[in-house]
Amino acid sequence: MKVEQISVFLENKSGRLSEVTAILAESEVNIRALALADTSDFGVLRLIVDDTENARKALKNNGFTVGKTNVIAVEVPDQPGGLHHILTLFYKADINVEYMYAFVRSSGDNAVMIFRIEKEEEAIRLLEKNGVSVIDGQRLYSI
Amino acid sequence: MIHDIEYETMPREALEAIQLRRLQNTLARVYSSVPFYRDAFNAAGIKPSDIKSLSDLSRIPFTTKKDLRDNYPFNMFAVPMDNVVRIHASSGTTGQPTVVGYTARDIGTWSNLMARALAAGGAGRGDIIHNAYGYGLFTGGLGIHYGAERLGASVIPVSGGNTKRQVVIMKDFGPTILTSTPSYALHLAEVAEEVGVSFDSLKFKFGVFGAEPWSEKMREEIERKLNLIAVDIYGLSEVMGPGIAIECHEGKKGLHVFEDHFIPEIVDPETLELLPYGEKGELVFTSLTKEAFPVIRYRTRDITSLNPEPCICGRTHVRMSRVTGRSDDMLIIRGVNVFPTQIESVLMETEEVEPHYQLVVDREDNLDVLTVKVEVSERTFTDEVKGLQSLERRISKNIKELLGVSARVKLVEPKGIDRSQGKAVRVVDNRNI
Repeated sequence: MKVEQISVFLENKSGRLSEVTAILAESEVNIRALALADTSDFGVLRLIVDDTENARKALKNNGFTVGKTNVIAVEVPDQPGGLHHILTLFYKADINVEYMYAFVRSSGDNAVMIFRIEKEEEAIRLLEKNGVSVIDGQRLYSI
Repeated sequence: MIHDIEYETMPREALEAIQLRRLQNTLARVYSSVPFYRDAFNAAGIKPSDIKSLSDLSRIPFTTKKDLRDNYPFNMFAVPMDNVVRIHASSGTTGQPTVVGYTARDIGTWSNLMARALAAGGAGRGDIIHNAYGYGLFTGGLGIHYGAERLGASVIPVSGGNTKRQVVIMKDFGPTILTSTPSYALHLAEVAEEVGVSFDSLKFKFGVFGAEPWSEKMREEIERKLNLIAVDIYGLSEVMGPGIAIECHEGKKGLHVFEDHFIPEIVDPETLELLPYGEKGELVFTSLTKEAFPVIRYRTRDITSLNPEPCICGRTHVRMSRVTGRSDDMLIIRGVNVFPTQIESVLMETEEVEPHYQLVVDREDNLDVLTVKVEVSERTFTDEVKGLQSLERRISKNIKELLGVSARVKLVEPKGIDRSQGKAVRVVDNRNI
């Protein structure tokens, strides 16, 4: 039920982000979702792509530091309170969200949110118990 | 004013006679009481009695910083600990500083030489000395302090830091002499301006600045901004501390080396051959009167030259020019000695960090700022920003703890550090001193 995410270390220098997108384009990797966290000195680009291994190799070969982590993708009802419901479940179960971002495409009538959570097994069990749909990697990459 | 008129203006011939007698005594003493020197002399096939003239000094082997470290902490001491009344240590050596000791007589000698230095810099009885050198293991603060007391001046042991309070003290106590590092002097000027205190309204006449390299341009800036006459002082703890050489305020052209207590030599740092007066090379010192921690031909790594021409102040002691560089890669950051290899070992000791690094030194608001760039590797990388920031903080904390210097740590991409001819450029010094 997990989704693979790659993360890339970027110095805050102009043109670095477009170098990443150029490498991915050349390798025919399609970006499904992305989020950038930054400080004054550096940024961490997080990506969900349709071909994780290919993307990772291409970036590494071009001298980038690349990491791979698991995240979970959750279907969130596209209506007021949809996200709040899920966050409340995490909060009550004492599950900490390290970071989250939105997936570009929707899944039927639902929005898709990506969560980075330390206790991911526990989070997946909790969501499923509460009838929240968690999307696995294979399905997500092809949405 | 000349504090010690007899010795400081002694004719060269008489001075050299004293030097030879003191040198012979020192050599005999270290040969009998310091195993390191005895072994070194024996290995070179020399006995103290072979030294019959000052020119024979060049037959004696050199002593290096490494030798001092190998004998950490007390093995270079030439007297039993019973006779040692003070211990100082040099700054910034990972886990192993260079430790030096002083007998009561050494402290007396040092105080006297520092009194000479302060007098050459314009101080005298009745002056109030604002001493902003750090007090502690560093020889700067206490060295100046004892000299000021010996001179009969009033000393304010304000030490470093808490600059705003220092400005208040300068305003209220009316000190007439400032002693600090040159960069801190300029920092004081800026903070004073911020809080609306003009140096023109203060009573400073002279400033004695040292413990870090500075330029003629910086002297002009200090003199203008602080409204005082600035002179250069030289010293290093391995040889004694501050007060080995001093610029006279009359001449302001080179630092008189107190030759009745130290013999300076200039050698080529590559061939180690003795260089004549006027030529630039590495400064080497032999102490003539020290009891607890004599040094024989100690290589300072500082690059300078010696000028024997008479000085308008009347002192006969030879003058060394401003130190213009180092024959090794040591950096002096706010008075703290930092070797790139020390940063490297901190990085290696900090879990998971690979030692691809570069040191960048800038001068911002007249203070040295050290930035340590560290390349991120796959092992240190994490997708969480807070993890990376905590790595930066951990490295910075370890550098501070082990080297005593504050550093900004900046993570960079692999190959983010310039490599020239395949070799990483370890140090970028942008200070333009």
